[in-house]
Amino acid sequence: MLELRDIVKIYQAGTVNETCLFDGFSLTIPDQQFVCVVGSNGSGKTSLLNIICGSIPVDSGQVIIGGRDVTPMPEYKRHRRIGRVYQDPGKGTCPSMTILENMSMADNKGKPFNLMPCVNRRRADAYREMLAQLGLGLEDKMGVQVGSLSGGQRQAMALLMSTMTPIEFLILDEHTAALDPKTAEIIMELTGRIVAQKKLTTIMVTHNLRYAVEYGDRLLMMHQGRAEMDVSGEARAHLRVEDLLGKFNEISIECGN
Amino acid sequence: MTLILSVLEQGLIYAILALGVYITFRILDFPDMSVDATFPLGAAVTAMMLARGCHPLLTLPAALIAGAIAGAVTGFIHVKLHVRDLLSGIIVMTGLYSVNLHIAGSSNVQLFLYNTIFKNPAVSALPYEAQAFVPVILLAALALLVKLALDAYLATRSGFLLRATGDNPALVASLAKDSGKVKILGLSIANALVALAGCVMCQHQRFFDVGMGTGTLVIAVASVIIGTKLLGGLRFLGPTLAVIIGSVIYKACVAFALGLGLSPFDLKLITAALLLAIIVLGGGRKKVKRHA
Repeated sequence: MLELRDIVKIYQAGTVNETCLFDGFSLTIPDQQFVCVVGSNGSGKTSLLNIICGSIPVDSGQVIIGGRDVTPMPEYKRHRRIGRVYQDPGKGTCPSMTILENMSMADNKGKPFNLMPCVNRRRADAYREMLAQLGLGLEDKMGVQVGSLSGGQRQAMALLMSTMTPIEFLILDEHTAALDPKTAEIIMELTGRIVAQKKLTTIMVTHNLRYAVEYGDRLLMMHQGRAEMDVSGEARAHLRVEDLLGKFNEISIECGN
Repeated sequence: MTLILSVLEQGLIYAILALGVYITFRILDFPDMSVDATFPLGAAVTAMMLARGCHPLLTLPAALIAGAIAGAVTGFIHVKLHVRDLLSGIIVMTGLYSVNLHIAGSSNVQLFLYNTIFKNPAVSALPYEAQAFVPVILLAALALLVKLALDAYLATRSGFLLRATGDNPALVASLAKDSGKVKILGLSIANALVALAGCVMCQHQRFFDVGMGTGTLVIAVASVIIGTKLLGGLRFLGPTLAVIIGSVIYKACVAFALGLGLSPFDLKLITAALLLAIIVLGGGRKKVKRHA
C-alpha cells in the first residue's frame, strides 16, 4: 500500500512567486491498483510522482510505502521497490551502451554492483525473448548502441528495463507523450500486459484521456493540487471519454481559460 | 633513434595519465582540474620514498593510493558539499600544491643518486646496447597493464555503473544506486592513475619539481581527444588503446614542432595551438545526445 498523508509542497517559498501546490494532500493507493492520473499542466501530476519517488522534497507530510515512512529516504533508495518510466525516452536507457549492456545492467538491479562481469551471456537468450515480445525487431540488435535507436524503441526498452527485476510499484510519467500514435499504442499495450502479469501497483500520468479510460481501475483528475475527481469500482467501469472531457472543461472554465 | 625513443617514452608516461583523464573527461564528463596537482602528488610521494631508501617498486602502489585519496576528496567536495565540478577540482589543485611541498620536503628534489625502476643494479647488469630500450619496454608494459585493468574494470558491474553515471545519472538512480558515490569512485580511480603517471615520470626524469603538473590536464585532454575522436573511426582499437596511441601522437607532434626549430620557450604556445587544432578537428566535451 502507498499512502500520502497531509502533503504540503510550496514552490519558491519566501519569494513573491511563492505558490502552494499541495496544501494537505492525502491519497491512499491499495496494492495492485492501477491508477490513471489526468489533469491540465501545473495541476500537480508530475509533482505527485516526484514526491512519491523522492525526486523532490516535501515541506511537510509523510510518504508511506508498505507501512513504512519513507519521507526522509533518498530517491535512489526508494527505487529499490519502484520502477519508473519517464516522458523522455532518453532517461530510461544509456545511449552509449549496447542493448545487451543496458539489459544486463537493468537485470542486476537489487544485486550488488561489484567486480563481477556485468554481461551474463547465459541470460542473453532470456533478454532476446523479452525483446522479441515487443515486435520491434530489437532482438536482432543486441550489439547496437541504444543511442542509435528511435524514441519508441528506447521507450519500449526503458519499460522492459524498469520492470525486469521484482518491484512493487510502477510509476509512469506521461511515458507515451513523446511517441507517435502507433508506437504509443504498442507501448500502452505492453504496459497493460506487464502490469497485469507482474501484479504491479501502478500510477500512470497521461494526457491521453482515452488511455485513462481504457486502462487502470481508478482515475484521478488533478486540479490545483487537489483530486477534483476520484473514481474507482463501478463508477469507473462506466466512465467514458466524454464524461472526462466534460469535467475537464468545467474545471478550465472555472479557472477562466 | 634517441628522438623516437624519447617520444615513445614520454608518450607512454602520458598515456597512463591520459587513461585516468579518459575516465573523468570522457566517461564521467567531469572537467577535473585536480589532475594538475595529483600528477606531481604521485611524483612527490615517489621522491620522498626514494630519498628515504624505499624500493622503487613500492612507490607505484603508494602513488596509486595517494592519487586515489586526492580524487576522492575532489569527489566528496563536489558530491557531498555541492560545489561545482570545475571549482572542486581547482580547490583540491590549490590545496595539494602545499601538500606536495610538504611531502617532497622542497620544491625541487634531485634523485640522480637513487635507484629507480629504470636505473638499478638489475638493469645495469644488462648489455649496454639493451639498456637504452629498458625504459620504453617497461613503460609499454605498464601502460598496457593499466589499459587491460581499466578495460576489465569497465566490463564489471561496478564499471557499468560508472559508464551509466556519465551517460544518464537518472538511470543509475532508477537502479537504486547513488550516482554521487559512483562519481567519487570514478574520480578516485582516475586520479590514482594520474598519480601513477606522476610517479613514473619522476623516476624517469630523476627529479621532482613542484611545478611539473602545470598543464597536465591540457596534455591529457588533447591525448584523449586524439584517441577517441580522431582515431575514433578505427573501432577495432577500442577507446583505451586509442587513448594510448593518441598520447604518443601528441608527444610526436610536440617533438616535431620543436624539431622545426621552435625554441623551448614556445612549448606552451605549441601545446595551446595543438590543443585548439585538435578540439576544432575532433570536437570538445562530450555532447550527450538526448533526442526524444
